[in-house]
Amino acid sequence: MIFSPIEVACASVVLLLLVVFVAAMLKGSQRLLIYAGSLLTSVSSLCVAAAGAMTVGSGMTERIVLMLGLPDLPFHLRLDPLAGFFLTVVGMLSFFVSVYSAGYLKGFLGHRSVTRLVVFYSLFIAGMFMVVLADDALIFLISWEVMAAASYFLVMFEDERQENRRAAFLYMVVAHVGAIAILLSFGVMAGLATGFTSFSGYTFDAMRQAKFPLEWATAAFLLSFFGFAAKAGVVPLHVWLPEAHPVAPSNVSALMSGVMLKTAIYGIVRITFDLLKVYPWWWGAIVLVFGLVSAVMGVLYALMQHDLKRLLAYHSVENIGIILIGIGLAMLFTSFNLPMLAALALIAGLYHTMNHAMFKGLLFMGAGAVLHATNERNMEEMGGLIHRMPWTAALFLVGCVSISALPPFNGFVSEWLTFQAFLLSPSLPSPVVKLLMPMGAALLALTGALAAACFVKAFGVTFLGHWRGHHNPHVHEADWFMRSGMIMAAMTCLLLGVFPTVVIDWMDVLSEQLVGSKLSTSAGVFGWMWLTPIAPERASYSGPVVFIGFILIFAAVYVVLHVKAGKISRGPIWDCGFEKINARMQYNATSFAMPIRRIFGFLFDVREQVGLSPQSAHPAFPKRLNYRLRVRDRFWGWIYKPIIETSFWVSRRIGNLQRGRIQVYLIYSFITILVLLVFVR
Amino acid sequence: MNFRGVFIEILQVAALLGLGPLFIGWVRMLKCWSQGRSSAGLLQPYRDLAKLFSKDVVLAENASWIFRFTPYLVFVIAVLAGGIIPILSVDLPLAPTADVIVLVGLFAIARFFTALAGMDIGTAFGGMGSSREMTIASLAEPAMLMSIFTVSLANKSTSLAQIVQVICSGQSILRPSIAFAFLAFVFIALTETGRIPVDNPATHLELTMIHEAMILEYSGRHLALIEWAGMMKLFLFIMLGIASFAPWGIAETGNIAGVVQAFVYMILKLGIVGVGLILIETGLAKMRLFRLTEFLGAAFLLATLGMLSFYILE
Repeated sequence: MIFSPIEVACASVVLLLLVVFVAAMLKGSQRLLIYAGSLLTSVSSLCVAAAGAMTVGSGMTERIVLMLGLPDLPFHLRLDPLAGFFLTVVGMLSFFVSVYSAGYLKGFLGHRSVTRLVVFYSLFIAGMFMVVLADDALIFLISWEVMAAASYFLVMFEDERQENRRAAFLYMVVAHVGAIAILLSFGVMAGLATGFTSFSGYTFDAMRQAKFPLEWATAAFLLSFFGFAAKAGVVPLHVWLPEAHPVAPSNVSALMSGVMLKTAIYGIVRITFDLLKVYPWWWGAIVLVFGLVSAVMGVLYALMQHDLKRLLAYHSVENIGIILIGIGLAMLFTSFNLPMLAALALIAGLYHTMNHAMFKGLLFMGAGAVLHATNERNMEEMGGLIHRMPWTAALFLVGCVSISALPPFNGFVSEWLTFQAFLLSPSLPSPVVKLLMPMGAALLALTGALAAACFVKAFGVTFLGHWRGHHNPHVHEADWFMRSGMIMAAMTCLLLGVFPTVVIDWMDVLSEQLVGSKLSTSAGVFGWMWLTPIAPERASYSGPVVFIGFILIFAAVYVVLHVKAGKISRGPIWDCGFEKINARMQYNATSFAMPIRRIFGFLFDVREQVGLSPQSAHPAFPKRLNYRLRVRDRFWGWIYKPIIETSFWVSRRIGNLQRGRIQVYLIYSFITILVLLVFVR
Repeated sequence: MNFRGVFIEILQVAALLGLGPLFIGWVRMLKCWSQGRSSAGLLQPYRDLAKLFSKDVVLAENASWIFRFTPYLVFVIAVLAGGIIPILSVDLPLAPTADVIVLVGLFAIARFFTALAGMDIGTAFGGMGSSREMTIASLAEPAMLMSIFTVSLANKSTSLAQIVQVICSGQSILRPSIAFAFLAFVFIALTETGRIPVDNPATHLELTMIHEAMILEYSGRHLALIEWAGMMKLFLFIMLGIASFAPWGIAETGNIAGVVQAFVYMILKLGIVGVGLILIETGLAKMRLFRLTEFLGAAFLLATLGMLSFYILE
């Protein structure tokens, strides 16, 4: 081995930064720029993913100190298995998306210059890699800000539309409120690590070795959890997410939803399990409760959407919730000193992190292909695309099945592990937690079932039935770059679902290092086929057998029936003999979700208006029917509106200070000096 | 993997394929008797299936591959589940493939594709059926999981074979939580198999149908596969209920005498469950769609209560 993984990772980051210069040189030839940018980003992402995977596989830790940064405060980088795991996730999806981008960006040719997109895209990926590699607070925050700023410009890419500018602004505000909280949290930890005597506490190593008093540790934890929750889109800090993700170009949405949110998960895991390492049980309970609320609210809001990308964005809120459920459970188990169970819950959470990156990336790429082909994000205007985009439809379906947690795909494995973690919770000693557990399992089950309903709606309305739109655009299938990006993501979804034991054996080193216990995944001959996280008689699942069983029985039934098959003839739609059927009579996204809206309507701010314009001849036969529906996030009215109004009110009051006359300002200065003279003698 | 295990697997799947329609015949016969009609006999479901298999398939002109794929998938999942649920014996080579959570997942994937097939043609009925089915499922599935979780907490395993063994060996005592879970399970089994009061299997009245609305456009062997899978699903849910709440009689080893005994027990239990099902079906009317929320909410609540009482009392 000539290069160590961390060197490969650093070199790849440098390569990503080089894209900026390449873009400056190739600005004139946009087509070449797209290919060059995609090539460089995909190669470097693949290298980083390989470096990360190797680190996790070998379980080793490497560090580098860069002589950059402020004087006497050099940058520290460190690649340990936890960082390696997240590098693998981020790198793999960035690779798929970069391949996809080569096709997707060509849609902009002739409309607008993509130089800005290519530059910020590679900076964005570089920022994510650096966040994961960082080993001191300084470089962590710098990378964090690079990532946030680059993604802000990416959301702003099509900035002629007002909704994009508004979404980007909202995103920037929430990202910065979160960043301040993270900064303060690091401040608390760094200060306490050295007793507020020197600056050397800013490295993560110093924080690891420090012993924090409980109240300060709590402050640091709460601050960082708030900050990372704002980035991850945890309810109620999720409002930016369904605004910003849909308006970004689809390859960027795939990365933002698939992996940028995961850097926040990384931050939470890093700070709680690695840096602070003290756990009152209620920290875990907080994470768990926020996770549960996000999961249920996220999926319910998703069901109410009819914009395909917005729907997917709300599903990210849901899945972040599911990940936090796993991590919260792991924290709870650790605080009660049950490392075996903590390992199970942590692996469940991290496995879902990887799964969500893959299927959400795939779904956003699929939505991007649809958008690319139809120029439409509104599902109410779509339908029947499976006939015109067969590849995209099949690949999108893989994503739908995976995210709905259906076996044998990957989403199922992580939900199954989380359920197993819940079912082991009777061994917890605290009665409060015992009350929480059944509720948690119930809400998680509800989430899974609602997600399936939502994706029947998303796939059914978009790809099945007839085209619902008024105009009929020339719909074309995605090109091979886009297809291969999606195919790779879809294959990963399937492999992660069918071979969970292999993956868990690979990432077991994480739970060993963070909570001090390994999972015994497999037992006996053909151990890799059976996933038995605790003990074989306790619970078992075999992805390969389910998958092979499907195929074998399917083939058998098909052959038996086709030995002497009657012929298949095509005929007009029967529909109980009704003849005048047209495309507008189909169920659409709004009508599909109507029963669920009626059942869970109390959670939303729903306004429904039905207007009939009566015919002159007889009022019983109306001429037209108008239906208006508005479903809003309640959190907007409950939390954000008051804050916005208060801050405007305060700003106006403070604005009164500005008189625009030099004399008044001189008086202000004079008073300030007087006050200072009195107090700071 | 031994030869006997494979033999029992084959026997189970054969029992599932053969007895599924027979049980439906039994239920219909009882229903006719209870309503004072003369019945078509126990074997009528077989004749229906044979007729459908011999007919040609007429597909709607815009049906996609999902529409043609779904009947096979639904059928395959029913057969696969038959190899996993302990019907005759717990000594199954395939039993560790899937625990109860995976079984629920398998049924969910069948439902997912059925709902997609309902939307594939683009008729209002299909979409209506899919929408209603998924709404009901999204309330029923959590209740089902909660009910099953309570059983698996009590028996310290989610694997059905293990649950059966623990209950049969007398380690399990009568618990209040199991009573709650059982009630919830009955509610859910009625829902998932599309029986009254949730759905009426005998109706084609547009405004009330749920499952039938999704499969309206099917014909020929596709319809036969779906119908057969539906019959097997009812059978499987009864077997699932028996395995988790009253497994006495299921053979613990794979010897022939035990399996024969288990078969006799199974027939007896099926007969009794059929009578119970008919008592419910003749005693109740089908509910309005939005009353179902209360019905399923009650099931969900019961199951959660069961789990809570396990955590608090036991």
